[in-house]
Amino acid sequence: MTALSNGHAANNSSPLFKIPPIKFTNLFINGHFVHSLSGNEFETIDPRTGEVIAKISEGRKEDIDVAVKAAREAFDNGPWPRMSGAERAKIMMKWADLIEENVEELAALDAIDAGKLYHLVKVLDIPAVANCLRYYAGAADKIHGEVLKGARELHAYTLMEPIGVVGHIIPWNFPSTMFAAKVSPSLAAGCTVVLKPAEQTPLSALFFAHLAKQAGIPDGVLNVVPGFGPTAGAAISSHMDIDKVSFTGSTEVGRAIMHAAASSNLKPVSLELGGKSPLLIFDDADVDKAADLALLGILFNKGEICVASSRVFVQEGIYDEFEKKLVKKAKAWVVGDPFDPQSQQGPQVDKNQFEKILSYIEIGKEEGATLLTGGKKVGNKGYYIEPTIFSNVKENMRIAQDEIFGPVLALMKFRTIEEGIKSANNSRYGLAAGIVTKNIDTANTVSRAIRAGIIWINCYFAFGNDIPYGGYKQSGFGRDFGMEGLHKYLQVKSVVTPIYNSPWL
Amino acid sequence: MASSSTRISRLLSRSSASLFSRGGKGYLGTGFSRYSTATALEEEPIKPAVQVEHTQLLIGGKFVDALSGKTFPTLDPRTGEVIAHVAEGHSEDVDRAVAAARKAFDQGPWPKMTAYERQRILLRAADLLEKHNDELAALETWDNGKPYEQSAQIEIPMLVRLFRYYAGWADKIHGMTVPADGQYHVQTLHEPIGVAGQIIPWNFPLLMFAWKVGPALACGNTIVLKTAEQTPLSALYAAKLFHEAGLPEGVLNVVSGFGPTAGAALASHMDVDKLAFTGSTDTGKVVLELAARSNLKPVTLELGGKSPFIVCEDADVDQAVELAHFALFFNQGQCCCAGSRTYVHEHVYDEFVEKAKARALKRIVGDPFKSGIEQGPQIDSEQFEKILKYIRSGVQSGATLETGGDRLGSKGFYVQPTVFSNVEDGMLIAKEEIFGPVQSILKFKDLDEVIERANNTRYGLAAGVFTKNIDTANTLTRALRVGTVWVNCFDTFDAAIPFGGYKMSGQGREKGEYSLKNYLQVKAVRYV
Repeated sequence: MTALSNGHAANNSSPLFKIPPIKFTNLFINGHFVHSLSGNEFETIDPRTGEVIAKISEGRKEDIDVAVKAAREAFDNGPWPRMSGAERAKIMMKWADLIEENVEELAALDAIDAGKLYHLVKVLDIPAVANCLRYYAGAADKIHGEVLKGARELHAYTLMEPIGVVGHIIPWNFPSTMFAAKVSPSLAAGCTVVLKPAEQTPLSALFFAHLAKQAGIPDGVLNVVPGFGPTAGAAISSHMDIDKVSFTGSTEVGRAIMHAAASSNLKPVSLELGGKSPLLIFDDADVDKAADLALLGILFNKGEICVASSRVFVQEGIYDEFEKKLVKKAKAWVVGDPFDPQSQQGPQVDKNQFEKILSYIEIGKEEGATLLTGGKKVGNKGYYIEPTIFSNVKENMRIAQDEIFGPVLALMKFRTIEEGIKSANNSRYGLAAGIVTKNIDTANTVSRAIRAGIIWINCYFAFGNDIPYGGYKQSGFGRDFGMEGLHKYLQVKSVVTPIYNSPWL
Repeated sequence: MASSSTRISRLLSRSSASLFSRGGKGYLGTGFSRYSTATALEEEPIKPAVQVEHTQLLIGGKFVDALSGKTFPTLDPRTGEVIAHVAEGHSEDVDRAVAAARKAFDQGPWPKMTAYERQRILLRAADLLEKHNDELAALETWDNGKPYEQSAQIEIPMLVRLFRYYAGWADKIHGMTVPADGQYHVQTLHEPIGVAGQIIPWNFPLLMFAWKVGPALACGNTIVLKTAEQTPLSALYAAKLFHEAGLPEGVLNVVSGFGPTAGAALASHMDVDKLAFTGSTDTGKVVLELAARSNLKPVTLELGGKSPFIVCEDADVDQAVELAHFALFFNQGQCCCAGSRTYVHEHVYDEFVEKAKARALKRIVGDPFKSGIEQGPQIDSEQFEKILKYIRSGVQSGATLETGGDRLGSKGFYVQPTVFSNVEDGMLIAKEEIFGPVQSILKFKDLDEVIERANNTRYGLAAGVFTKNIDTANTLTRALRVGTVWVNCFDTFDAAIPFGGYKMSGQGREKGEYSLKNYLQVKAVRYV
């Protein structure tokens, strides 16, 4: 790795950043930090070293029950759903300000817990949490029902009511962003929340909860219960007193959650799951820029992003030049300590993921794909992996079908637009897609033809608070962000009454 | 708004708790000793706790004198004395302001910055307005004469609320993708309309400022705003705070001046892309004509009213009286939506009239800076004389003057709370907008009749309906040809609720999502 030769060694143990003391390790229920009922704890690990950062109270079914009870009480009898949208907005705005004031500490928590680049988290993830809160705060007083055109002499209208107690189960790859994407719209809608962060990354969610209390979010409105999927997560998805569950994570777990929801109280579910997103690069593209985009598309956040451009399709006219440039850029990519400002890629989140990715690299080789670069771990400590590119990938290979969730790119060639579309859609997933072309017809045709929830034309990872985001096919259903992301936390109630002597109908 | 209505009712109940005089016959010439604070009017007016800092025009981010060097006095309606001399904008000043706004729109950062950044500036401005609540309220009351508690506890918080509300819209202004026959991709872009000219009245100077400026800025427009010559002070102060909040220069220009000069220049300006006006129906006509004759700029008009307040036979009379009283007398009766035709069902009519009169007698009139005051002076001598003229007309046309009917005190523009009963639809006081504390009570028999009579006006701004019967409420709601129907409430305003008129009460709607449409162009883009 160039990175190592450049001296940004993965196992560099010199302190690049003073990690703040970890302040919050208990469950946050009904406005207070409390131990789990069992007294059990689990360790959260620094992926740079595999060492323990802190011991965290482990929430289980009985703790979820207590949290749901608090959320239920806060919803049924508390002030939150009964406040005006503007009053909820005011508190959410205050919360956003407090998050901005604590940006460094929060960024450090995500960096140490998830191996994310500290300097990026500080300017991207944490400010985005504040912005997302502000966006939905601004939406809290803009939740409109409709007055309907009755077919008879009826006066009918819809009320958009908060759905109730919402269970959120969020992943470890974007602990803060996912927290914001789930919590902001549900609170704006007037719901109360029980949130389970991933067991790998509980720290920032607990800190956010602490700030929520300071901002004036009433007790019981936001409950954060760290724990594991099969215990705490399952208790949420099968709880009879939770009105809605929203999950972001793997497709397998999504299936289990939907099953649990179905066999308990039929709570509506929204799922944002895995992907194997295609990036199509056409002959008219600027090859250099396209290679940068493709590389960022797979390496951003170490490839631990559900919309990673893990299948890159390049039109044959520029394929060779593209491949050469891509490999060169990949070799220059800097892997290292996430607190080092020079680093472009930190360690994978944990040993599990690390080993899974390495095993997929082996599978790729066995399947007969050509390893152009990378393929190995970096350093002897922690979970660092080289940027890895395979060529000669066939569409039916597992590295072209399965979500690897790491810095592993499958490079493929296509000839015509039709062929590119067909290959891009040859997936059980449908989360995102990228198109690089200057031709407006190509852009319009391909963006309509690809069965995915978000299409990026000449860009990638272009997210925004107002841009709905979610999957087709087995990438899930429901949308986060935008007004779509708010509507899933609302019930629609139609109110109908006869009218007499109306001068118009 | 729930909180604002609560505050309003709190203010109302406080006044009834502190009443100390009642009864007496309300005939002309019996003096005003029964009005609870009459003596206060003879005392020295309370000195407002604010300095007048800004009296110049605000153009291109700077306070400047009028090119002519002219000024005009703005008066304290409590005394008729001069508060300050204010730079008087004329056509050439409007030209300068429009040029600044044009430049800020065509070349400046405002329309080009992200909606998120515009939102942040509006939110910062709202925070500053909130911080300066008391100074703004004092200026408002000093210049306008409205009770200080109303300014400080209701109107300035509403102003802040409106800007926060529209800040939240900035990043939610969505065009659509549109289905079209054939192989087309069609989408609509919602673009800012450009330079908006806004002309606002004197009765709610800062709230009208917010109704106009909030949506226009959220959409990314630039503005030339002309305030009313009676009340130029508070808008200058507020606009300065917007600049402190980071609003780029030229985005919000404020020109004080008179209608026939500055107002007409704005309405007929070839480089103003949109005009919004709130004021009288007569002036609204002129504004619309000027827009038509110049560059056909689209116009939003929010004009006069003669709004019915209908008390049905099932109503709780005490509550109905209180609400009808508030509907008419709020803000010295100087509301375009004032419930100035109180229709009462014959079965409860006598009781209603008796109680309405008693309530008017309890109304606390006095120096608006004094605590507990419900009613201050009218805005100026012209309005004051006009109201007294209408009262004389009411008496002459045979309506029964139950109470009030004259000025209050010997200085300033105070008018006694006045109640007429036995008012007939054809009388002038039942047809024309009085814009003062004069309640007209009319009797009705059945629903169809009152619908017809309530609609028999050239206005159509608002209506109040007082009933517990859901069918009556629904029927009236749909049958009344007005832009706002309040059922068992009145004057409940919220940032999200659209407001505007049918018929000659205007065109277009302000506030809520509807107001964004006033300040956006829709561009359809069609790709083959």
